[in-house]
Amino acid sequence: MPATFKGGLHIEDFKDFTNKLPIKKLSDCGQHIFPLQQHIGAPLEAVVKVGDYVKVGQKIADSSAFVCAPLHSSVSGTVTDIKPFIHPSGAVVTSIAIENDFLYNISESVIPKGDPTNYTPEQIIAIIRDAGIVGLGGAGFPTHVKLSPPPDKKITHVIVNGAECEPYLTSDHRRMLESPDMILYGLKIAMRVLGLSNGYIGIETNKADAIKTMTAAADAYKGVKIIPLKTKYPQGAEKQLIKAITKRSVPSKGLPADVGVIVLNIDTVTAIANVFKTGMPLTSRIVTVSGDCVKEPGNFEVPLGVPFRHIFENAGGFMKEPRKIIMGGPMMGIAQFSLDAPSIKTTSALLALSDVGKTYDDISPCIRCGKCVNSCPMHLMPLYLNKAVSEGDLETAEKYNILDCIECGICSYLCPGRQNPLQHIRVAKQQIIEKSRKS
Amino acid sequence: MQEQKFVVSSSPHIHSEESVSSIMFDVLTALIPASVAGIYFFGYRAAIVLLTAVVSCVAFEAIYQYFMKKRITVNDLSAAVTGLLIGLNMPPSIPLWMVVIGSAFAIVIVKQLYGGLGKNFINPALAARCFMLIAWASAMTTYVTPFMGYGIDAVSSATPLAVLKGVSEGALPSLRNCFFGIKPGSIGETSAVMLSIGFIYLLVRKVIDFKIPAAYIIVFSVLTFMFGKTPYDATYTLYHILTGGLLLGAFFMATDYTTTPTTPLGQIIFGAGCGILTFVIRQFGGYPEGVSFSILLMNVVTPLIDRYTVPKKFGEVAKNVR
Ligand code: SF4
Ligand code: SF4
Repeated sequence: MPATFKGGLHIEDFKDFTNKLPIKKLSDCGQHIFPLQQHIGAPLEAVVKVGDYVKVGQKIADSSAFVCAPLHSSVSGTVTDIKPFIHPSGAVVTSIAIENDFLYNISESVIPKGDPTNYTPEQIIAIIRDAGIVGLGGAGFPTHVKLSPPPDKKITHVIVNGAECEPYLTSDHRRMLESPDMILYGLKIAMRVLGLSNGYIGIETNKADAIKTMTAAADAYKGVKIIPLKTKYPQGAEKQLIKAITKRSVPSKGLPADVGVIVLNIDTVTAIANVFKTGMPLTSRIVTVSGDCVKEPGNFEVPLGVPFRHIFENAGGFMKEPRKIIMGGPMMGIAQFSLDAPSIKTTSALLALSDVGKTYDDISPCIRCGKCVNSCPMHLMPLYLNKAVSEGDLETAEKYNILDCIECGICSYLCPGRQNPLQHIRVAKQQIIEKSRKS
Repeated sequence: MQEQKFVVSSSPHIHSEESVSSIMFDVLTALIPASVAGIYFFGYRAAIVLLTAVVSCVAFEAIYQYFMKKRITVNDLSAAVTGLLIGLNMPPSIPLWMVVIGSAFAIVIVKQLYGGLGKNFINPALAARCFMLIAWASAMTTYVTPFMGYGIDAVSSATPLAVLKGVSEGALPSLRNCFFGIKPGSIGETSAVMLSIGFIYLLVRKVIDFKIPAAYIIVFSVLTFMFGKTPYDATYTLYHILTGGLLLGAFFMATDYTTTPTTPLGQIIFGAGCGILTFVIRQFGGYPEGVSFSILLMNVVTPLIDRYTVPKKFGEVAKNVR
């Protein structure tokens, strides 16, 4: 029996579009835009000026804040602008524009770090920070912060998240098939930092070939176990993944470290391996380009800073007019209003869908079917949260644990009444958090 | 690629195919076997009763919404389901005007006046049946024997439950006949086989969950077997399960979304409560039948059950499990 958690839902995965397609390189792009906000945490400050010549892998922005990782150029060329640009979040964010000279001159700072056993854990953490590595799954939490848990938390497990439970997404899947050794090498480094002799990689059973490849490759890496996970959304959500593999429940308001676990993404450990093997900091990532409007869906290795328009053009453009462009998966991704937004460190996928947006038009009332209660992975009662929030009763919403919602989207996805509980929940959570900050 | 306007809304960006009308359509489909059985056993009169109930319910909903200037929502099929359930709960010989009034009661008073779909706190079809039992007791409890005709020639006959209880004289049909449906009773409650087929369909389609019906039937059976009129008599217990509205109620009425709990534990409590009440009413009450009243009573306490069975949120119990 594959490991899993209670609740959740099997969702049609649409992965057939791209799961057989090898990772392709993207064609050259003339202008790269690097927003100074790549992930949650403090915004960065540019360390280059307009007119500077920069090389591939050169640091272009940094910050002294702890929860922060520097940013490096993915091309060589001239800084043409540092000004506000459209950002995938929908906001306008100060960004560095670099004109690509197509020479791809590599920065002198890019030196392979070599054998990780030559370094202390502290040195490795510093290397990871300097390489700008963040969680490449969702929020983009800086990896060096994750790997430095408070000393009172004894870490017993490090888990690499190969669940990839969002529909359409196949970037992790392809990475596991194409470079299993990089993943395992990166995991070994993380194990070394945390002083662990065991590491785990959880993979959903709908990726049987990846389980096979990774299991075979893991033979050569002592202490690494591949754990098959039931194919069920949101199996890759941190708390649910930890539950499935360790049977431990991260306490409400708690962090994985509270139960002794650190979770890393497939692309994150690959990036760690890469900096030791080649010295190259994080300047590109795998992006699944998919959806029913995309002519030639595929998995692409996308350098940072490439406008979405250029990425879609590499996938053959659109064969019908998309009604919605999404960065990330369809369950938790962010809808885009412009194709000018550039790829950032958390761009796991780009989807172009023709048939969304009208899904909530035909609203029936909540019929109390209980399906949302049954499937909420946090075991909440979305129907009562929905009701309380729409009646403006935040107190009741808090009693029903609204702050524990992980915004997985299941309740809104399955509601036969086409209620959209998550939309209400999200707004209310914001209000509650702001209120508690003030008081 | 020219620039165009994209829809920008919050996640999730996809939705399951399921809707209220698709669910109601599934329920209607699941009730077809039992309806066909009723028509087969009681003839075209049964068909007319079913049709009258469905058409009246849909019409009353549309008329009410039209005059109240609300959006007309009969295409969500919920009124049709209520109608079919009312019809299946009628004796085949019921005068049609009573069916029409019962339907009006269900849709206008029980459903719409409480705010419409999803807001009514008791099951409209059951409320209508109980209202009619009180208003027209004799018409509602005159049952005819299958294949014996309809209209003026109807041969009235005691239901097996009435015979078991000793309130009526008559011969008990064989268990086999009870199982297949050759017995007096309401149109929809005769055939255990046909009801089960519909029930299984709903389970497979994941429209309903097995918890309420299972808890209901198990608790009722155990109580009847141990404390019934003739304790430890399997045949007596089987008669009680197969006759009367137990299966129709447990499968299709006690699983109504709006009027039953939404939590897993609440659903078990609800089913068990129905089982206990049905046993008590059949055993000690004045009526031979107890399913409708039991479910209605449990409907009333459903909000309370929901409130006291809120599931433990993720991470609530297992602090510091190491
Ligand atoms: S899924 Fe929708 S209709 Fe069903 S209980 Fe939840 S909010 Fe209500
Ligand atoms: S979005 Fe929140 S409330 Fe809805 S199912 Fe997911 S965790 Fe539960």
